[in-house]
Amino acid sequence: MTIPNTVKITDELIKAHGLKPDEYQRILDLIGREPTFTELGIFSAMWNEHCSYKSSKRWLRTLPTSGEVVIQGPGENAGVVDIGDGDCVVFKMESHNHPSYIEPYQGAATGVGGILRDVFTMGARPIAAMNALRFGEPDHPKTRHLVAGVVAGVGGYGNSFGVPTVGGEVNFDARYNGNCLVNAFAAGLAKTDGIFYSKAEGVGLPVVYLGAKTGRDGVGGATMASAEFDDKIEEKRPTVQVGDPFTEKCLLEACLELMASGAVIAIQDMGAAGLTCSAVEMGAKGDLGIELDLDKVPVREERMSAYEMMLSESQERMLMVLKPEKEKEAEAIFRKWGLDFAIVGHTTDDLRFRILHQGAEVANLPIKELGDQAPEYDRPWVAPAAQAELSGDAPKMDVADALLKLLSSPDLSSRRWVYEQYDTLIQGNSLQIPGGDAGVVRVEGHASKALAFSSDVTPRYCEADPFEGGKQAVAECWRNLTATGALPLASTDNLNFGNPERPEIMGQLVHAIKGIGEACRALDFPIVSGNVSLYNETNGRGILPTPTIGGVGLIDDWSKMARIRFAAEGEAILLIGAPEEWGTHLGQSVYLRDLFGKAEGPAPKVDLAHERKVGDFVRRLIGKETATAVHDLSDGGLAVALAEMAIASGIGARVNEATGNSAAAWFGEDQGRYLVTVAAGRQDAVVAEASKSGVRVAVIGMTGGDSLKLGGTRAIPVKDLKAAHEGWFPAFMAA
Amino acid sequence: MMRAAVVLLPGLNRDRDMIAALTKISGTPPVTVWETDTTIPDVDLIVIPGGFSYGDYLRCGAIAARMPVMRAVAEMAAKGVMVMGVCNGFQILLEAGLLPGALMRNETLKFVCREVKLEVANANTAFTRNYKPGQIIRCPVAHHDGNYFADAETLKQIEGEGQVVFRYAEGTNPNGSVNDIAGIISKSGNVLGLMPHPENLIETAHGGIDGRALFESVLGKAA
Repeated sequence: MTIPNTVKITDELIKAHGLKPDEYQRILDLIGREPTFTELGIFSAMWNEHCSYKSSKRWLRTLPTSGEVVIQGPGENAGVVDIGDGDCVVFKMESHNHPSYIEPYQGAATGVGGILRDVFTMGARPIAAMNALRFGEPDHPKTRHLVAGVVAGVGGYGNSFGVPTVGGEVNFDARYNGNCLVNAFAAGLAKTDGIFYSKAEGVGLPVVYLGAKTGRDGVGGATMASAEFDDKIEEKRPTVQVGDPFTEKCLLEACLELMASGAVIAIQDMGAAGLTCSAVEMGAKGDLGIELDLDKVPVREERMSAYEMMLSESQERMLMVLKPEKEKEAEAIFRKWGLDFAIVGHTTDDLRFRILHQGAEVANLPIKELGDQAPEYDRPWVAPAAQAELSGDAPKMDVADALLKLLSSPDLSSRRWVYEQYDTLIQGNSLQIPGGDAGVVRVEGHASKALAFSSDVTPRYCEADPFEGGKQAVAECWRNLTATGALPLASTDNLNFGNPERPEIMGQLVHAIKGIGEACRALDFPIVSGNVSLYNETNGRGILPTPTIGGVGLIDDWSKMARIRFAAEGEAILLIGAPEEWGTHLGQSVYLRDLFGKAEGPAPKVDLAHERKVGDFVRRLIGKETATAVHDLSDGGLAVALAEMAIASGIGARVNEATGNSAAAWFGEDQGRYLVTVAAGRQDAVVAEASKSGVRVAVIGMTGGDSLKLGGTRAIPVKDLKAAHEGWFPAFMAA
Repeated sequence: MMRAAVVLLPGLNRDRDMIAALTKISGTPPVTVWETDTTIPDVDLIVIPGGFSYGDYLRCGAIAARMPVMRAVAEMAAKGVMVMGVCNGFQILLEAGLLPGALMRNETLKFVCREVKLEVANANTAFTRNYKPGQIIRCPVAHHDGNYFADAETLKQIEGEGQVVFRYAEGTNPNGSVNDIAGIISKSGNVLGLMPHPENLIETAHGGIDGRALFESVLGKAA
């Protein structure tokens, strides 16, 4: 079937394209006539939330995006950060939520493929991946199906492409029942003088199509990603793309080879809204027009219309502007890798985006306005209501029982079932794989440098207090990087929220961005790339606000790097950065939520000055090789962190009795705290040094033995801790 | 000095790991050969690394085994040149008929990446002479199709002839392989195929060096 370009533009058609009446009026005003069907598709692709950031742009501008080490901030395919010696790290995080809910394997796989392409489009070879996954409650009938499919899809693509997956998150909550989240992160390594951008330069130069052929898959995907779900979601399945990691791997090698040849002037991958977005981006950035002849586009289906070709989201495709004299050389490289290579158009000087198909002009639009004149909204928002303080005494449970229950709970149990399906070792540079505070990989070609990666957010905090939750997501990411000894450099944000047309959801977004901005400024941790995913709702109920932060840190000498496992028996255990009572804050803790069913109280507050002071102190201890093991405290507080250190090493510990409220001391989720071990006898010097820096350190116990004894509670054998920790996930998936 | 060649095919992705291991251990980078090459330079060792050649489409290793370069590998193998296939390379050697048996999908039906224990079941080969007989070593695996299978007669033969070189040990068989088989050698003793990745355990940064002795054995370094 061919869809003619002469389809009558009706109100229903406009609505089906996700365009509001006033937005359509804006189109009419802009072009002075009724758009053709293809043009309507192009506008819908460029002006949807996913591509235009029309609801969030105003607030995203408030984020800190520059800094001493930032080479490229938001606005390109990925952010670029200097790591010295002529090297830079290129990274970004992006969501693939809606496709993954509809078709979990392909949705997740193409999410990974898309973010890898963003990174190597800039000239970087991908060296690490992470993914932050959020699913509905374990008992929901779809959850297992989604977990199995998404994890297999992430692995299926990343493993075949050949990038180690070194970190990520997996959480469960009923609020994701109808809308799971798949946030994929990738980082690559490039030379600072070998970075490629999307800005086209030069008139009359060939626009070249590279990679896989164009099919009908994903037509309208970006528009779908900006719609709320309802019960008819299954009907959207044809808008999910199908991934081919083999082609992507070939595309990577071909692109890097081509870039090294000096032929590339500009390059842009075809992601959301495929040919449309990539061509407009290249032209508009370079103040050039683009003319495309669709008859030259390699296709894998017959009788495709202009509309379908312009909106196809077929994967593994690139658009480039090449130096004409290098055309033959470029083509030979692509043929060697078995990829399509076709000159599909050229740059012009008239700032028009012109599309020819079967001899007819099917679209002729002003290229700058397509991007720049997208609607931008200052949507109304209301400040989120503050949560009431907890009242009365904290409910009590035997500390050992509580710890075992938490370790075997859906959110705190080991993620081994997940990460063993990912190749964590490929490339031979992995120094820390999932299971610690951050993933770490060596910088190839350098004797001692390594990069640390972490992805973090605590959605229940963001729900209770989006501002503090936004701060906390940044602080926890910074803390996890610090716990390996890395100096946090910069971050990427993946903001997942509900429908921004509802003022309370918009209020969550605004407050979270304010919190993120404040934390990034205080911690010198600029946002260099990111992605916004809105309309994550089903039947009018939004997800938990989930602003995922992916961070990158630099380790100068990986031989000094810290890990979470206890290094030896008989070492002193230090609690750093904690209040005198060790822990005080039970509001929104997993202790209350998972043991007593109470999602109550305010989220913990992050004191950013304290965070920075304590983190800098811990990093110094690691750099001086005083710290023998380091772990940050997060979900489940002190008791869970101690158990994780014991499980990772097989070494037990004896810890003193907590003073005050024992539930809050053991399970409170106060921020800015670390556990550090030092060789016996060195603790006094550390305490003295800390007090000079104004950092509180408590010597709370000693490593050793084969059980963990917390104060007066019964000793728990480490093997029992491990069994509890490792048991939940495989049992859940086997049920 | 031993000279090595690494076979490159579209979709292989542990080629860089293998080249790094060969270079670090022998001090000389290997030469590389491409899918369409019909001759291979005069080398002492040919390595087919891991990955997903041709996307593992059709069947793991099936398309690769029919590429021109594999005819050249077979000719060199027939002349007695050492050939080693790791992971996808092992699958390719099986599909090319240079080793007996087949690799099926893992018993769990899932990709698995973890460290396992291997027993050196035959230390009397050119690839394992720097290990002790029966030595237990650590080694990572990363594969979706590593479940070794052979019919009873073939199994009897390879077991009887000492062709099983590596076995998963201490209950760590990650894929359901018959007789815990992780690696086998040809009857002629010059073609080795194994699923685990010794190239990912050769330096302190990898957390261990148990894979080194394999490279040192075949590259002619003394124990």
